Amino acid sequence: MSQVIRSPKTYDVCIVGSGAGGGMAAKVLTEGGLNVVLLEAGPPVNPEKDFKMLMWPYELPHRGAGVGGHASENFSEFLAPNGAWVIDGEPYTSAPGANFQWFRSRIVGGRTNHWGRIALRFAPIDFTSGTRDGLGEDWPITYQDIAPYYDKVESYIGVFGTKENVSSAPDGVFLPPPKPRCTELLIKKACDKLSIICIPARLAVLTRSINGRAPCHYCGQCGRGCITGSNFSSSQVLLPPAMKTGRLTVITGAMARAVVVGKDGKAEGVSYVDKNTRTEKRVNARAVVLAASACESARLLLNSRSTAFPDGLANSSGTVGKYLTDSVGSDGWGHVPALEKMPPHNHDGVGGMHMYVPWWKFDRKNDFPRGYHIELYGGRDMPGVGMFDELCHDEEGYGATLKSRARQMYGTTVGFAGRGEMIPNPHTYCEIDPDVVDQWGIPVLRFHFHWSEYELRQAQDMQQTFRSIIEAMGGVYKTKTAIDGQYPFGILEGGKIIHEVGTARMGADPKTSVVNGYCQAHDVKNLFVTDGAPLVTNPDKNPTLTIMALSWRASEYLLDEAKKGNI
Amino acid sequence: MGAGISRRDILKTLALSAVGGSVLQVIPAQAAEYAHQAVRKDKAAAPSGKYTPKYFTPHQYETLTSLCDSIIPKDEKSGGAIEAGAPEFIDLLTSENEHYQLKLGGGLYWLDGFCTDRYTGPYLDCTPEQRKSVLDLIAFRKNAKADSTLSQGVVFFAFVRNLTCDAFYTSKIGIADLQYIGNTALPEFPGCPPLPEA
Repeated sequence: MSQVIRSPKTYDVCIVGSGAGGGMAAKVLTEGGLNVVLLEAGPPVNPEKDFKMLMWPYELPHRGAGVGGHASENFSEFLAPNGAWVIDGEPYTSAPGANFQWFRSRIVGGRTNHWGRIALRFAPIDFTSGTRDGLGEDWPITYQDIAPYYDKVESYIGVFGTKENVSSAPDGVFLPPPKPRCTELLIKKACDKLSIICIPARLAVLTRSINGRAPCHYCGQCGRGCITGSNFSSSQVLLPPAMKTGRLTVITGAMARAVVVGKDGKAEGVSYVDKNTRTEKRVNARAVVLAASACESARLLLNSRSTAFPDGLANSSGTVGKYLTDSVGSDGWGHVPALEKMPPHNHDGVGGMHMYVPWWKFDRKNDFPRGYHIELYGGRDMPGVGMFDELCHDEEGYGATLKSRARQMYGTTVGFAGRGEMIPNPHTYCEIDPDVVDQWGIPVLRFHFHWSEYELRQAQDMQQTFRSIIEAMGGVYKTKTAIDGQYPFGILEGGKIIHEVGTARMGADPKTSVVNGYCQAHDVKNLFVTDGAPLVTNPDKNPTLTIMALSWRASEYLLDEAKKGNI
Repeated sequence: MGAGISRRDILKTLALSAVGGSVLQVIPAQAAEYAHQAVRKDKAAAPSGKYTPKYFTPHQYETLTSLCDSIIPKDEKSGGAIEAGAPEFIDLLTSENEHYQLKLGGGLYWLDGFCTDRYTGPYLDCTPEQRKSVLDLIAFRKNAKADSTLSQGVVFFAFVRNLTCDAFYTSKIGIADLQYIGNTALPEFPGCPPLPEA
């Protein structure tokens, strides 16, 4: 075996991961004057290859279906994530009955290249929900602690929205929202009838130019990667300013293996496999920030075993990998005949909804804890692979009849995606699989996952709500779900919503948590975790905005501690 | 559909309109020229300018083409599935996917066997009336309920129907047939046009 190649240089900070949490740390730390090395397991973003903005399906060899028609298993051939639930050579396992799906993006910018750009603040009550209903823990920080960082993140990345004073969905610093689409206007009317709150969405897409970035051009394709950088991604919005300082070194193809710990019990650097040369390497740093994604960071900590830390690094509490949650997800759709009358028109808009339903039943007793929001879809989208599967199934036949039904039905469906809060439970966690390593020799994660009655009742409520909205629109609700089986009430597998968080949760008590309110490990003072892992709860708001706010706050704290000589 | 304006033109315009001093790496329009559609390249490479199937035998491919044509035919408004490249699209995916090979390759044999039993020859040898009566049987699930010997044919035909729709409605003519308007750059999103009078 060749010997380990050590970089002779010692950086101030080594960050693992270049997504929302890692990108934000890179920006704040380098702008604060520190020299940072960033390890990314994937390649650089290659817009020529990865971004397919403004392409027609017929310009792709597989028209969006992917090689062998397999794209549907990992979204679509059009998307720019370079990510998947299944990555060759990098497996994970599930305990019997668990079936957890773990989405990973190995590319600079990570999952921010493809994410839905839904940028929602957690609400004040989300930080004290444990006390409120007795389930789980409160956060060690309050909304007031994080609010200034929400302000900073929104001002920097650009989020559209409106001030609405809905207690479950705090207002932020907003750009004006785009006008609603026809489908959304009809949904809003139906929601008004049903006393359901429906308001402009909050997405990290620029409706005005800010910070030198061009505004959106409304092609509706954010997920394909935006060539003008008018939506937020870490690769286009956070890493360029960090590079500009001259203090950021990015190493791509670097598969982090373990945090290296010195005799004094402090982190000294990170060892990694260089995928390009297939060699073992190491970088040295005075502090380490893990932002590899919640489960990947937990894996790194658990794999960083030593005599001083036999159960893994920063794991004296035994809670690394525990308290894993994903969002509760259940989807539905219906046919709305009123839409058949709409003349052809441009319906594209931004790459996501212009209106949404925040959690609206916070003022009453429900038969499940916490809440969910509803994302809205449908209408005259760009035709694509799979769009007429349902029509084919319902109409059957062939020929002139089928063709004319497709003309009539195009653009007349409305879809909903319910996204709710899961309560952490003792049967849901990840750990190191004792028998399996990946192709780099790194022991892999084994997932345990279980939906409880709380989540199932929430999914049931989602389905009832979707149906009532479609019916109030004069439509026919088409989604059929069973009350049992693999997907009761349409609940998706854990991991499918790609909001997995909580595997190194923050807390005031080192016995029951991994990091403190500044995302700093209780056990190792120069080790931070700034991805979704520190989140104590997983409210019905997509976690990315909160990850960035926490990362900004943690990075400022790290800068401060470095100045004081504490790190 | 942005007649006369190419994607490259749009990208160029967007690159120019990006704010000066931007920290972003704006991609030059040239760099955004993508690999040509594989099928088109293959066609150009063949001396006859004809597509050579990657997976299906010539006979199977001809049968598949006939099915595609029946599923989405040409009419007074637009071309059909053949013009939209459905057979090529299905052949390409099938050449890459073992499950498709089994479902479609096997399904085409099933169809010929069925036609031979019923009419003395494979599907392509059947008269237009005979073909229509076969399709009228395998295009509907209810027929398989009445006669279980049809069920494999119904499953096969449903799969070909899905793939044909995928191919047609991702083609230029299929997208125009639906009157989709978009995939272009706009300074502002116009919102919803007035709803027509009920």
